Amino acid sequence: MFLRNLATATAFAGLLGSAAYAADCGPEGQSIRVLASDFPAIHAVTEAAEANCGAAAAEFSVNHTTEARQIMNAALTPNPAEYTSVILANATLTQLMNDGLVRPLNDLVEKYSDNIKPHQLITIDGNVMAVAFMANSQHLFARKDILEKAGVDRIPATYEEVLDAAEKIRAAGIMEHPIVMNLQTGWNVGEVFNMIYLGHGGEFFKPGSAEPAINNEKGIATLNVMKVLTEYAHPDHLTHASNETQGLWEAGQAALGIMWGSRGAPILDDEGSSEEVTSNTVLSAAPTVAGGSIPAATLWWDGISIASNVSDEEAEATFAALVSGLTPEMVEANNDDAVWLLEGFKPGPAAAGVAATAQGGAQPYPMIPQMGLLHAALGSELTDFLKGDETAEQALSDVEAAYRTSAKEAGFLE
Amino acid sequence: MKHRTFFWFILPTLSAMILFIALPIVSVFIQSLFVQHEQVLIVSESCGPFGCKETTSIDTEATAKLREEQPLGRFNGLGTYVNRSHLAFVEVGEAWRNTETFGEFWSQIFNLPFYRALIFTLTYTAVVTPLVIVLGLAIAVGVNNLPKMLKGPSIFISLLPFLVTPLVGSLILFWMVDSDGVIGATMQRVFNDPSLSLKASTALTWTMLIVYGVWHTLPFSFITFYAGLQTVPEDTMEAAMIDGATKWQRMIHVVVPHLAPLMSFVTLMLLMDNFRVFEPIVSFKAEAHATSLSWIIYNDLRESGNPLYGSAGATSMMTIIGVVILLTPVLIRTWRDFNRKAH
Repeated sequence: MFLRNLATATAFAGLLGSAAYAADCGPEGQSIRVLASDFPAIHAVTEAAEANCGAAAAEFSVNHTTEARQIMNAALTPNPAEYTSVILANATLTQLMNDGLVRPLNDLVEKYSDNIKPHQLITIDGNVMAVAFMANSQHLFARKDILEKAGVDRIPATYEEVLDAAEKIRAAGIMEHPIVMNLQTGWNVGEVFNMIYLGHGGEFFKPGSAEPAINNEKGIATLNVMKVLTEYAHPDHLTHASNETQGLWEAGQAALGIMWGSRGAPILDDEGSSEEVTSNTVLSAAPTVAGGSIPAATLWWDGISIASNVSDEEAEATFAALVSGLTPEMVEANNDDAVWLLEGFKPGPAAAGVAATAQGGAQPYPMIPQMGLLHAALGSELTDFLKGDETAEQALSDVEAAYRTSAKEAGFLE
Repeated sequence: MKHRTFFWFILPTLSAMILFIALPIVSVFIQSLFVQHEQVLIVSESCGPFGCKETTSIDTEATAKLREEQPLGRFNGLGTYVNRSHLAFVEVGEAWRNTETFGEFWSQIFNLPFYRALIFTLTYTAVVTPLVIVLGLAIAVGVNNLPKMLKGPSIFISLLPFLVTPLVGSLILFWMVDSDGVIGATMQRVFNDPSLSLKASTALTWTMLIVYGVWHTLPFSFITFYAGLQTVPEDTMEAAMIDGATKWQRMIHVVVPHLAPLMSFVTLMLLMDNFRVFEPIVSFKAEAHATSLSWIIYNDLRESGNPLYGSAGATSMMTIIGVVILLTPVLIRTWRDFNRKAH
């Protein structure tokens, strides 16, 4: 589905050509205020929107901040809200929907459908809550030169093969710690659990309820895989997030990495690394685990949402402006900044990993209201196990206990 | 001073303190007694670029109605204070009943987030405070005895750690102790162990945090003691010299007693600051090995997407109580000194 859409999108781009057309910016003289995360792909979208519709609006301001997730609920609660739109992702949409702070977009999507394809719509019970424009997920990065040297003839496709390759690299004396992963205590280590657990086919909650359901065989198997991986990972792995793992990779100190797709382009570009590393880095699907059929990863999208607590005119103008930025020209100019879900995207080597992971049928990050609480509990309780201080069973029961405590406080459990 | 005059003098300060200190504390306390409303969950179908999936979502209308009826949430009394994230009475009781040895009991307690944080916080406070006082005094005396020409530059250099923003200062040290950093790499070479990592061991992480704490707060006690040293009475010192007291004896019997009130002040400030240790834990990414009470508050408000105000409030109140308990001995001492002088 994923690639077919991309293919039609590319064909379309050719038809449209470079014919400049005036963007439909909706009601004029409105105030457009956007809150967004801070990375190049989102800058590209908001800049294109401002170029198209900035003049028609009374105000066009964008706050790009890495703290967007922390402030979005507070900023959208007052009426009128501080921002008319938030550029968000799976988990943050849930976070805003929990408080009813974003509005259904069905009418707006119908009216401004030029740059929107059906697969971009995030619908919940028939209501379009967001319009996605890019995808992201974790996947495997591999150094083919080092694998060859260690006698591994193909890119590992399963975690078992990853571990086998790591052992061979170590045994050949090439690297003591060939694996890099984002295992920093907190959100990152929780996310590693999530993806490997989903790879095992695990469910986080009992169906239809907020009761946790991770303390089971799949949970234990997941932790055991993580434990073996850490034995081949850099000793400081509990402090490693994306910046550190990217750094180690670019410094040529790792041969197998589980990193975010959005790090693909910065790693493959000619900055911060040597020719030896960039020319030998191969991006491929996230590995499967324990004989499972789907890549062990969580799929993410980034998209546009519109605040509830703003006037309908402001909402419309904001939506029209942001959607006007999702053009093939914008994609063409910023092709390698993201895995775009838009017309005109030509998947390059930097997008190969995410595309293969999505194609392999990996699960999206769960859009469940209480997922944030479970993720936080995983983040703080799993490190004791990885440090070797407690058993997998104990760690999982700690996670469930910590989750229950906070879920009771948040009103999800009695 | 007449009571009336005194009242008018203190009024601006007093009202500011009530407005900005007392009332917020009362508000935090009230919030800590409540938990959020029951969230009304409905089963729904969500679709996106990666297909459709059955999921749950919150019935915001029903939840909003509950919220309107009781804006503060559901009253929970001291429930939050005794749950697993805080004092964990149930878990502690269970651990006491189910364990044979004290070591086992201890390891179960250390597994609970609040106690784990409390143990590090107390250790940090207990080690950093005396070290900073003793070393601060030593440096102050040293600088005071330098020739005049060197005094200015050495005061400036000694103050430097204080001028660096805590977050930046700890980041710099964090990079230095990295296995590729100057300290980390040197240590690997000295101990001839290429996998030695300061960030991977609990003991070394604690040491690193404590060393950073001493480094960063030392200038405060140094400059306070240095100022105090300028007021040591010359004639008492001369009298001591004539009596044949050695340098060391003059230090112990004249200088230190003279600086005693200052020491109470420095101890007070250091205890308060150290008990609230926070920035180095974040900068050093030390959460796997060390957490503090302030870090728990930060984590409750940040990590889960929807802030747990009740939990954060409860931890805040217990931090305040902890500070009060720690300060009581010092305060009693100061009060006694004050009364002695007044009569």
